[in-house]
Amino acid sequence: MKAINTMRLCFDSRSSNESFARTAVAAFLCGMDPTVEELGEVKTAVSEAVTNCIVHGYRDMIGKVYITANIYEDNRIVIKIKDKGCGIEDVKKAMEPLFTTAAAEERAGLGFAVMESMMDKVKVSSQLQKGTTVVLEKRIVSKGE
Amino acid sequence: MAVEIQIRENVVVACLSGEIDHHSAVGLRETIDQSVIQAKPEELILDFSLVTFMDSSGIGLVMGRFRLMQETGGRLVLQNLPAPIKKVMRLAGLDKLARLD
Repeated sequence: MKAINTMRLCFDSRSSNESFARTAVAAFLCGMDPTVEELGEVKTAVSEAVTNCIVHGYRDMIGKVYITANIYEDNRIVIKIKDKGCGIEDVKKAMEPLFTTAAAEERAGLGFAVMESMMDKVKVSSQLQKGTTVVLEKRIVSKGE
Repeated sequence: MAVEIQIRENVVVACLSGEIDHHSAVGLRETIDQSVIQAKPEELILDFSLVTFMDSSGIGLVMGRFRLMQETGGRLVLQNLPAPIKKVMRLAGLDKLARLD
């Protein structure tokens, strides 16, 4: 299926950009006429994925975070969030609720669990020293339907 | 993101407002902990009525404050949670650690 609308973002992995990233994706999504609840769910999932890039992907360094979002005819939005950071050794383990490598910073280890509860699909692919890509997908049920 | 602290007899109330994410959580944590360490309250109340957004960084913030209150034998209360935030708190099982008012 061909996307009917697309956008691309690239920004520094600074924590101050977490708010920029989720707000920008939410603004792009607004054309789909989502409910307030759907908008909040997408914002939360994007915030989790971007925070992972900043806290884990580029730990102790500043790199680039890339976001592409595609909207499809059947009211689906697919958001790809990518870093070129350290990668995840064991994706399955990283996705387990409460697993974290940053407990000292009070990371709850619930980022992926929250993403999964907010979105229809979450896919994670990662390669050590190459980076990580998270793909979030959600069908927006328009208010009128 | 801002936090306003009110200290009453044996109770510290932290009124949070705005967006809680990884970026803002650090400052909130420092402000809250400072007043808890000073006042040593029996109860710490986190009020979420003016919070417009929260991701799992907020869960970390609540878990950390729960631990802090446990160390001093006090209680943690979460107050005025907007519906979407309550959903995230329940997902994390925080309703079992703290009282949700």
